[in-house]
Amino acid sequence: MSSLQKQFDVLVVGGGPAGIAAAISASECGARVGVVDDNFALGGQIWRGEHAKSDSKASAWLQRVNATAIEFVPGVRIIDQPKANVLRGEGPSGCIDILYRKLILATGARERFLPFPGWTLQNVMGAGALQALVKGGLPIRGKRVVVAGTGPLLLAVAAYLHKAGAKVLLICEQASRTSLARLGARLLIHRGKLAQALSLRKDLAGVRSLTGAWPIAAEGNGVLRSVVISHRGSTEMVDCDYLACGFHLVPNTELASLLGCRVQDGRVYVDHFQRTSRANIFCAGEPTGVGGVELAVVEGQVAGLAAVGQEDRAMKLFRPRRKLRRFAQALDRTFALRPELRQVTQPQTIVCRCEDVTYKQITQHRSWRAAKLQTRCGMGPCQGRVCGPAAEFLLGWTPDSVRPPVFPTLLSTISEMPPPETGVVESVAMRGQQ
Amino acid sequence: MSEQISVLVNGAPCIVAKGTTAAVAMLIAGAECRASVTSEPRGPLCGMGICFECRAEIDGIAHRRSCQIVCESGMEIRTDV
Amino acid sequence: MNAGTYDVVIVGSGIVGAACALECAQQKLRVAVLDHDTVGGGATAAGMGHIVVMDDSEAQFSLTRYSQQLWQELRPELPDDVEYTQCGTIWVAADDEEMSEVHRKAAYYGRHGVPAQILSAEELENLEPNLQKGLAGGLIVPEDGVLYPPCAARFLIEKAQNHGALLQLGAPVSGIGNGRVRRADGTEISAGIIVNAAGAWAWELTRGISVKKRKGHLVITDRYPGFVSHQLVELGYLKSAHSHNADSVAFNVQPRRTGQVLIGSSRQYGAEHKEVDHDILARMLQRAQQYMPGLAQTSAIRVWTGFRAATPDKLPLIGPCAEDSTVYLATGHEGLGITTSLASARLLVDQILGSTSAISREPYLPARVTTLEHAHV
Repeated sequence: MSSLQKQFDVLVVGGGPAGIAAAISASECGARVGVVDDNFALGGQIWRGEHAKSDSKASAWLQRVNATAIEFVPGVRIIDQPKANVLRGEGPSGCIDILYRKLILATGARERFLPFPGWTLQNVMGAGALQALVKGGLPIRGKRVVVAGTGPLLLAVAAYLHKAGAKVLLICEQASRTSLARLGARLLIHRGKLAQALSLRKDLAGVRSLTGAWPIAAEGNGVLRSVVISHRGSTEMVDCDYLACGFHLVPNTELASLLGCRVQDGRVYVDHFQRTSRANIFCAGEPTGVGGVELAVVEGQVAGLAAVGQEDRAMKLFRPRRKLRRFAQALDRTFALRPELRQVTQPQTIVCRCEDVTYKQITQHRSWRAAKLQTRCGMGPCQGRVCGPAAEFLLGWTPDSVRPPVFPTLLSTISEMPPPETGVVESVAMRGQQ
Repeated sequence: MSEQISVLVNGAPCIVAKGTTAAVAMLIAGAECRASVTSEPRGPLCGMGICFECRAEIDGIAHRRSCQIVCESGMEIRTDV
Repeated sequence: MNAGTYDVVIVGSGIVGAACALECAQQKLRVAVLDHDTVGGGATAAGMGHIVVMDDSEAQFSLTRYSQQLWQELRPELPDDVEYTQCGTIWVAADDEEMSEVHRKAAYYGRHGVPAQILSAEELENLEPNLQKGLAGGLIVPEDGVLYPPCAARFLIEKAQNHGALLQLGAPVSGIGNGRVRRADGTEISAGIIVNAAGAWAWELTRGISVKKRKGHLVITDRYPGFVSHQLVELGYLKSAHSHNADSVAFNVQPRRTGQVLIGSSRQYGAEHKEVDHDILARMLQRAQQYMPGLAQTSAIRVWTGFRAATPDKLPLIGPCAEDSTVYLATGHEGLGITTSLASARLLVDQILGSTSAISREPYLPARVTTLEHAHV
């Protein structure tokens, strides 16, 4: 059985805003570009369900994709690098090896989960998660929802659910009113964001929201029945059907780590041209530091242009990127997790959901590695993506090295030999590139 | 998304709108996706295919992430609960 | 840890070091164990945890059998997370040639009192329905078992600590000899005897010993309870383990108590880096699927590598160093570290105390190796 093979001048991993922007930038310069994504449609998380025919910013970008020769490789998860300049993925037809000259990682971010009593009940999920499920057909009209955690995603999700007919009972943001006010003041500098924020505020008029509040328990028998919220030293119980709870975002750096790119403080290091520490590998968007859609798009453009040798054009984007990065840093500060959240996880609270390992069991050990070996936490199929960031916040433990496959995969996929030596035929646009 | 299709959840027919994911089909049918290592009933957590809580057997293959799979007519979804 | 003198300082808290710590502490010796990382973090964490009686040679049989019996004696005390399961081994024969090896093995085990039963092709199929059809048969050794090594090492260390042993983790050792252990931070400890149980790193502490790294790959799947019930090993495994200089793979599959399937095995000489070698991995997995085609559709959630500590004659080094009477070796266990850890520890403490051992210690004495140096490629 031989695997499917493709080759591109520029391979973009991730079809969200950064990946789309990168692909378009490279493709419009004549390079042969491929975009690979786990989903069957472009858009990643934040542009999920958008299509070229609607009237949004996302659709403008999607229309531009349609006008290029970009090849979208849908439903494929990249799982390994069997050989230099080759990425291996698993898709609907099985194993696929993709050869590339330049690689742009636009792997996005995922929600951060913090364990609290009852968080494993059904209908407790991430904020983006509930939105994704509704987009995937979950009936939400008339259902009572509490949205909690931290980050700009909460308001966006609450507004979406509210528009879809859900009864959003409460929004709980753990950040303080002062932090949010400071952020609000900054919005005046970023006019586009101010408009967004005001629009959200309008969408959510009448929805009760609290700052300095967070969930301390979810209750129910197998299924969620109510949530207990802590606010200003007192608690309140709210009956609801869904708890959409996420604590901002964690960059997806696993593939970058596997490829040997330098990752520091949970972010992929990049230089001013979005180049990682590995030759021919670029990174754009959330993995370089969570910063939102506009920043992801600009970074994607810089990476795409730099990947095809258009550094001069890329440099024109440095100024808007700087401005957006300052805003991203402000976001980071605003939505930093308060230390009180560490008291929410109880000894009997499950931290590793794949292996049902409790906080008490994990804290018998002195390091992530020791805890892993002795309790199996982090050794399940999520490969530490859920429990790792929690352990990092709770205990300061940093995750250890990433091994293939970066995603669970069929055994048959990793049983294929690495492809034989073949050079990637370069297109005119790429000639003269290192 | 007004067209409806039929899938099987643990052998019982379930009608869903076209474009619905297998995870949502299970939720609509009132089935839990999976039982955890200590037998807790679990459903989707992340909605984007990284948490693996939504695993179910789909068309005979176990441990598939149901939130990433769009229902097709006649799809057989089996949970282990 | 104070700077006093210990009777025994053990370098390495893998399964062998942990077992030695327990034996020594139980004999009322003042024991300290040092490890550069965490308990059982080396080959102990990487390996399969198969407790198996092997008949490659009389000496190998003797040690594995003795040690397996010690594990069975210890079994009632083992906590649940050690996951000791007496699932047995089935040696799988693909053809008539391997079937005659089955008969030879059955006779050998029979003579030595190890229960073993020849399986016809049909019996093999009944016991393990996911094996490829058309195999010739096999040999089932029901007293073999499996366990989860990192927790086993931890259990042994904790029991040693209950007997007064001291454990220091995150304490790399830079040199040993002449009754002193020098740590990387510059401090020193005195020891009546130093035990080098550093596995793949043993040669760094005792220069000139013939212990080489032999890299292996493993893959673990998601949970498929009932997919496989015994540890399954192809008889060709023996050809793989025999080879001194060729990279080789062999079918070797284990049911974990979690229901996950653990898949091995591979052997490489001269591979120093721990990154996955995709060629070897592919070969190993293709071999596994030849024996169990159903593995193709299983979800593989992790691949890793580890380094076995290998000696020229495939027997471990247990006993005093020729050059320095204060240094003892307990290393070179290749793929049998889990199995032979308890017996190795027993033989070691016997030598320290000058007691007689239940089996002959000769074949494992470090002094033998100088005459074998030339045989080690």
